[in-house]
Amino acid sequence: MPGMGGAARIVSIEGIARRFPGLTVFQDLWFHVDRGEFVCLVGHSGCGKTTILNILAGLDVPDEGGVLVDGREISGPSLDRAVIFQGHALMPWLSALENVAFAVSCRNPGWDKARVRDAARAALARVGLTQAAERKPAQLSGGMKQRVGIARALAVEPKLLLMDEPFSALDALTRGTLQEEVSRLVTEAGQTAFMITHDVDEAILLADRILLMTNGPEARVAEVVQNTLPRPRARANLHHMPGYHPLRDHIMDFLITRSRTLAGKPPEGWDSRRPPVVVPAEA
Amino acid sequence: MAAKGEAWRAALLSALLLAVLLGAWEWAVKGGGGPGGPTVDAELAALLSPAAAAGGQTAMPAPSDIGARLVELLRDPFHQRGTNDQGIGIQIAWSLWRVMAGFLLAAAIAIPLGFVIGMSPLLNAALNPFIQVLRPVSPLAWMPLALYTIKDSNISSIFVIFICSIWPMLLNTAFGVASVRKEWLNVARTLEAGRWRTAMRVILPAAAPTILTGMRISIGIAWLVIVAAEMLVGGTGIGYWVWNQWNNLSIADIVIAILMIGLVGLLLDRALGLVARAVAWQE
Repeated sequence: MPGMGGAARIVSIEGIARRFPGLTVFQDLWFHVDRGEFVCLVGHSGCGKTTILNILAGLDVPDEGGVLVDGREISGPSLDRAVIFQGHALMPWLSALENVAFAVSCRNPGWDKARVRDAARAALARVGLTQAAERKPAQLSGGMKQRVGIARALAVEPKLLLMDEPFSALDALTRGTLQEEVSRLVTEAGQTAFMITHDVDEAILLADRILLMTNGPEARVAEVVQNTLPRPRARANLHHMPGYHPLRDHIMDFLITRSRTLAGKPPEGWDSRRPPVVVPAEA
Repeated sequence: MAAKGEAWRAALLSALLLAVLLGAWEWAVKGGGGPGGPTVDAELAALLSPAAAAGGQTAMPAPSDIGARLVELLRDPFHQRGTNDQGIGIQIAWSLWRVMAGFLLAAAIAIPLGFVIGMSPLLNAALNPFIQVLRPVSPLAWMPLALYTIKDSNISSIFVIFICSIWPMLLNTAFGVASVRKEWLNVARTLEAGRWRTAMRVILPAAAPTILTGMRISIGIAWLVIVAAEMLVGGTGIGYWVWNQWNNLSIADIVIAILMIGLVGLLLDRALGLVARAVAWQE
């Protein structure tokens, strides 16, 4: 980590803070995402997770610090950072295809209508929605809506895919299917991704690294967990993989007790730029 | 099937109510209006209206007289024999033309202005006092001012329609634009959609149902106001025609005019209702 990064580093979060009068949600927050890497941020609500994602997306501005993407400080939202929103955020007056086509035409303003539609159709096909392309969001199930959201985000071919608890509103079965779908799509495309979640198994299935955040106020990344479970991972055999249980137990312990006990003032000698890295699966 | 049966029964009941109402009216005028009812001198009655002369008792026509008069009027609704003898169709057309001119002019200003007000909280707060003071003013109160400054009675009545139909459209557009979901705007921002594209492709369709509601309210008010305005200004139009028939004491014509005004108002509302349905969306 020393030295600002090399070619592999795509995103650097450098000392960002969010303050309200009399309240610091988080401060002095540092982490990075490497090219092709999948990073999950896990923590309880109230630690500013969504704010961090919005800052990464450029929808929000930190009170201190900054975000570098490809070595340049960001100044707002960009097509290079696509967001899959928690509540799908599809436009209800557009069909599934038109929702994706809107994104495609924003990315490629020079393309004619037919070319935009073809690209949108292809993006929908990748999430298995060819049949439902002409339907309005109101006529789609929750899982299908979120698939359209995924197709829309991937259709702009972003450098970084940002996801804010994208499956939290879905039922358990649909959530599982979509997690595997995202895992497949991200792996296929070598997509760099950053996701916020509070679902431990989701983080273990998808992430290469898992950032554990303490409870707010003054939340910080207390630990970085390396997920060494081999890929491809599937939900069906995830819990049979060697190392799964220590990994899961470690994160659960953190969420249940240590996220609380570690909260507040950092310990003596704490280096916010280098939180401890743990590899529980190898223990 | 049940809903269809219900509709038929409602229609049957409506027809029955109408028949009872018309029957009672017919009986009250022709049969029961004898000694108790208001009597009119035969010579005066002959001067006043054919219906009164025929009944010999009252100027109030029976439904059958009105029906006969309606057939007579509709036989040649567009005739023009001098300034005071023009068909009812011509009069309605005059009123419609004034309403459409004033209404479209108001829409052309209210919708873009409402858009700007809805997007800018500053402008909203700055213009709000003016809107709040001007909105409750009866449109007819503008009439003398309009006549004095414009000096043309026809354009003055169009101005009165304009001033009365601008407020609901302005307020509804501003409200609709201001309450567009943040998440849709965020989608547009992350797609770098730009101001114009966001306005036309996201904000306008999102606010369209609210804007259409404003337009429906406006056209309803405009149609109410045109009758009163034409009564004041005179010359042409269904309002003038009603006043003219009052001066002739031909109550049948007044009843027919009321019916016509109601029907045209219904058609105007239905026409905008169709547009509203076309731009409606559901979550």
